[in-house]
Amino acid sequence: MAADAATLDPAPPTRAWQSDPILQADHLSMRFGGLVAVNDVSFVAGRGEVTAVIGPNGAGKTTVFNCITGFYKPTTGRLGLFHGGAAGSDEIDAVTASGLSWGKTRAGALYLLERLPDHKVASWARVARTFQNIRLFSGMTVLENLLVAQHMSLTTSGLLSPAAILNLPSWQRRQKGAVDRALYWLHKIGLMGRADDPAGDLPYGDQRRLEIARAMCTEPVLLCLDEPAAGLNPRESAALNELLLSIRREHQTSILLIEHDMSVVMEISDHVVVLEYGSKIADGTPDEVRNDPRVIASYLGVEEEEAASVEAEVQA
Amino acid sequence: MALPSVDVPAPSAPPPVPAAPARGARGSAVVAALNDAVVSGLITALVLLPLVGFRATESGSGPLTLTYRFGLVAVFAAIVAILRFVLTLTVWRRDRKPRARTEGPTAAARLGTLAAPAVKPVFFGFAIAYPFLSILMAGGLSSSRYWVDLGIYVLTYVMLGWGLNIVVGLAGLLDLGYVAFYAVGAYTFALLSTSVPLNDFFAGHLGENFWTAWSFWICLPLSGLLAAFWGVILGFPVLRLRGDYLAIVTLAFGEIIRLVLINWVSLTNGGAGISSIPPISFFGIPFDSSDTGFAALFGLEFNSMHRMIFLYFVILGLAALTALATIRLRKMPVGRAWEALREDEIACRSLGINTTLTKLTAFATGALFGGFAGAFFAVRIRFVSPESFTFMESAVILAIVVLGGMGSQMGVAAAAVLLIGGMELLRNLSFLKADFLFGPDFDPSLYRMLIFGFAMVAVMVWRPRGLVSSRMPTIFLKERKAVSGALVKEGHG
Amino acid sequence: MDIFLQQLINGLTLGSIYGLIAIGYTMVFGIIGMVNFAHGDVFMVSAFIGLICILLLTTVIGMSSIFLILAITLVVAMVFTGLVSWTIERVAYRPLRGSFRLAPMISAIGMSILLSNFVQVAQGPRNKPLPPMVPDVIVLMERDGYQVTLAYKQIIIMVVTAVLLAGFWWLVQKTPLGRAQRACEQDRKMAALLGVNVDQTISLTFVIGAALAAVAGVMYMMYYGVVNFSDGFVPGVKAFTAAVLGGIGSLPGAVLGGLLIGLIETFWSAYFSIEYKDVAAFSILVVTLIFLPQGLLGRPEVEKV
Repeated sequence: MAADAATLDPAPPTRAWQSDPILQADHLSMRFGGLVAVNDVSFVAGRGEVTAVIGPNGAGKTTVFNCITGFYKPTTGRLGLFHGGAAGSDEIDAVTASGLSWGKTRAGALYLLERLPDHKVASWARVARTFQNIRLFSGMTVLENLLVAQHMSLTTSGLLSPAAILNLPSWQRRQKGAVDRALYWLHKIGLMGRADDPAGDLPYGDQRRLEIARAMCTEPVLLCLDEPAAGLNPRESAALNELLLSIRREHQTSILLIEHDMSVVMEISDHVVVLEYGSKIADGTPDEVRNDPRVIASYLGVEEEEAASVEAEVQA
Repeated sequence: MALPSVDVPAPSAPPPVPAAPARGARGSAVVAALNDAVVSGLITALVLLPLVGFRATESGSGPLTLTYRFGLVAVFAAIVAILRFVLTLTVWRRDRKPRARTEGPTAAARLGTLAAPAVKPVFFGFAIAYPFLSILMAGGLSSSRYWVDLGIYVLTYVMLGWGLNIVVGLAGLLDLGYVAFYAVGAYTFALLSTSVPLNDFFAGHLGENFWTAWSFWICLPLSGLLAAFWGVILGFPVLRLRGDYLAIVTLAFGEIIRLVLINWVSLTNGGAGISSIPPISFFGIPFDSSDTGFAALFGLEFNSMHRMIFLYFVILGLAALTALATIRLRKMPVGRAWEALREDEIACRSLGINTTLTKLTAFATGALFGGFAGAFFAVRIRFVSPESFTFMESAVILAIVVLGGMGSQMGVAAAAVLLIGGMELLRNLSFLKADFLFGPDFDPSLYRMLIFGFAMVAVMVWRPRGLVSSRMPTIFLKERKAVSGALVKEGHG
Repeated sequence: MDIFLQQLINGLTLGSIYGLIAIGYTMVFGIIGMVNFAHGDVFMVSAFIGLICILLLTTVIGMSSIFLILAITLVVAMVFTGLVSWTIERVAYRPLRGSFRLAPMISAIGMSILLSNFVQVAQGPRNKPLPPMVPDVIVLMERDGYQVTLAYKQIIIMVVTAVLLAGFWWLVQKTPLGRAQRACEQDRKMAALLGVNVDQTISLTFVIGAALAAVAGVMYMMYYGVVNFSDGFVPGVKAFTAAVLGGIGSLPGAVLGGLLIGLIETFWSAYFSIEYKDVAAFSILVVTLIFLPQGLLGRPEVEKV
């Protein structure tokens, strides 16, 4: 597994995420009026890996997320998402030049996320996300939440398919498939007993996990989690790690996450990207990043000259 | 001459009295209540003084003169003061145990849950039996006319409420111009059924009376589809707007359509409207006294009430269609997407739901049923004019949906019965004309809309979430549990 | 050119009236995020209060100085309309604050129905004509028999509007009340925590909005010389359009929007068709909301994810 290689060998000549990326961000910038929220950030996220984006408050992490998931249109830059396998740079350039939002490649397909509206990022490119401030359908039950997420797979034959209107057996089979998938995820997040309760009634930690399960019900290739451990107690946080690792293990889903909780980041991620003031300041394995003087300086808030001494202290 | 007090300080507003200590403060509580009563009485008097105390009276063609009614102002002020005094000391007392609100089911709520499965069959059964009950109660076919007509009238609003409920209650889109689709449906049928070329065309091919007999049944689906089409046309540009803005734009569209109906005289005959719309037929068989008429064919004695009762069942069928379609749609992905949209639009987009398309389907579906209802309206009254499609009409339909409790079909039906039925009953308060009450000059129908407006405010203040605030899930694993209204969102667009 | 000038004058007059009403919409929307549907009817009520007051002053007291009558009427109408609006807020909106978003809107629609029907019942359904009050005009130019005139009442309307707006601007920008209002607009809960009396501030917002609408109501009645119980709805919607066009929540925007709507309406009537002048106003509303939802002077809304 690529991830293992990364942890075994701290500095391989080519990184796993570079040889088989799922997401490639090139020179991404986002400006709001005069404010530069993200400034020329490039990074890749590896297929089948957990990639963490970290950085102090206001570093532009959520803005990067919103660009990837189509909620913001980046001012400049390119966001390539690869289905099947990485595309060559010639292929990426060809699709970019074509003016279309996606194109077929030798390995599968390439989507240019910055050209897709948000719902198509989810439905075509299959990028799912969760939100920093949980956004569940609070007045709908847990089960309903998971069924709404399967909207795409249930509406392939149209929003108002006659089979659905007439409740034909073919429709009932599909509906049952959807319920089964929902139950699979309910089981996985340990909320089987609360399927019929409104989502808004769940405790905070359960809501976080339900939101992840809901995102997974869309069968994404890339799952973007915006601070999944925020507000969780240590026990819930450990359960979350377990869930994320099992998603990576058992599903063909790569994970990109924003997180402040370093224990989560260090424990589950294969690759860490560090942002500060909208720019990337470090990029590497958790160990590399942990020891990077600029990262230490950024997190401890010291001047750059002092960073070396801080690093020495940390090492000691 | 008498006037109802209108600007009475709200019953629900907690009185601005300092909380009375629990014991031994009876006297000070009374003083405080008295104080409060005097203040509210004075405010009432001041508010009513200019427009109730004085009246600008037209005297022939001469200039206006003033007449005075200070006594009336005093009476209202006194009523308000006394009411408030009594209420402060009884219902609003601070040391009374507060009523449980959303937390925990009250006895009434538990009873409601128990009775819930029976409500729909009972309502539907009553709706079917209603015309026969009216005949029984009124003691004859002909004398039941008023009651059957009232039933038709109320059911039309039940249907309109259910139609708008799809847009407002399920999808959370605030539509203040729903009457536009009602108008489109009505005018579609009115224009097509009175169209001479169409009549000639069918007369040449399918018989002289074909179009007169069949026009409603052919135009009904067309009216709905055209209204839905207009829903899409109007919806497309406006659906990215949110909340109140959407409400205002839909209001504007409703008014534009009405103004166009008034001013496009060559097509719509302007404010004079379109008359002599052919009556409804029993699927091609006319309700007349001829040998081929409904009565003769079924061996009945001719009575114009046959048509009326048939109209009743047609609107009942249309309303049932609306209800069944809504129930079915809610269990389909599109219906779930509507409700999800109401709960959280951004989350919907993150799950790949095309929110514009989803909103359009809700708008169009609502418009479809509005169009059906419009065609029915036209065939019932056999006359359409822009007067019937004012903003007031939209407001009434929206009020039915909100008062009923958004999303709840039974709530909406109950609200329609209460509001429309109640408003109709107000027309007939002839006992108020008795000498000992208001005298024969009193015209109760004048007060109809006044009381209607007052009731709208009062019900909102009393139950902001409507009669039925909880939501029933569309699917369940073990147990179907109602979702408390406090958790259900109301939508932002 | 002559027609243009005349329409410009008429349009600015009408626009002043719309602008005054629009401020009430925009202030209330700014502070509690609600479209006060009853505001148009409050405007109509104020016109009736003005009518009663003028009748009282002329026929009963026998006052003859037009300017004194107008001044007293304005003050009386402002006070009583403010009181009516205060009561409405207290009775129909305050109990619903912080609850379901649609509830205050339905309550406002109910209030609008109630007010217009209350006036119909209390004052009768017929048009109330008033003898022309300030009939004199200044002839600005005359060509080919077409006179471009500026009526004194138009001058009065514009001057009163300008003076009132200046005072109002001072109130909002320089006084503690204005500061409290702006604080409530930003964050009601925080304002309350910092000791701002939120309920009182909101009440006063309604009162000020109504007082401005009252001035508009008296002007409207004086200008057209006739008033009817159903006169609230259409001017109300147009004033709301003005508020939206200027950018809802923005006070200068409301005035600017009012003037624009007044001008568009008069020019439309003069050059295109008078039948469709309301359609024009509604169409502007629709087009503005679709293409420029933040209005001319409003702040664009950034969607928070």
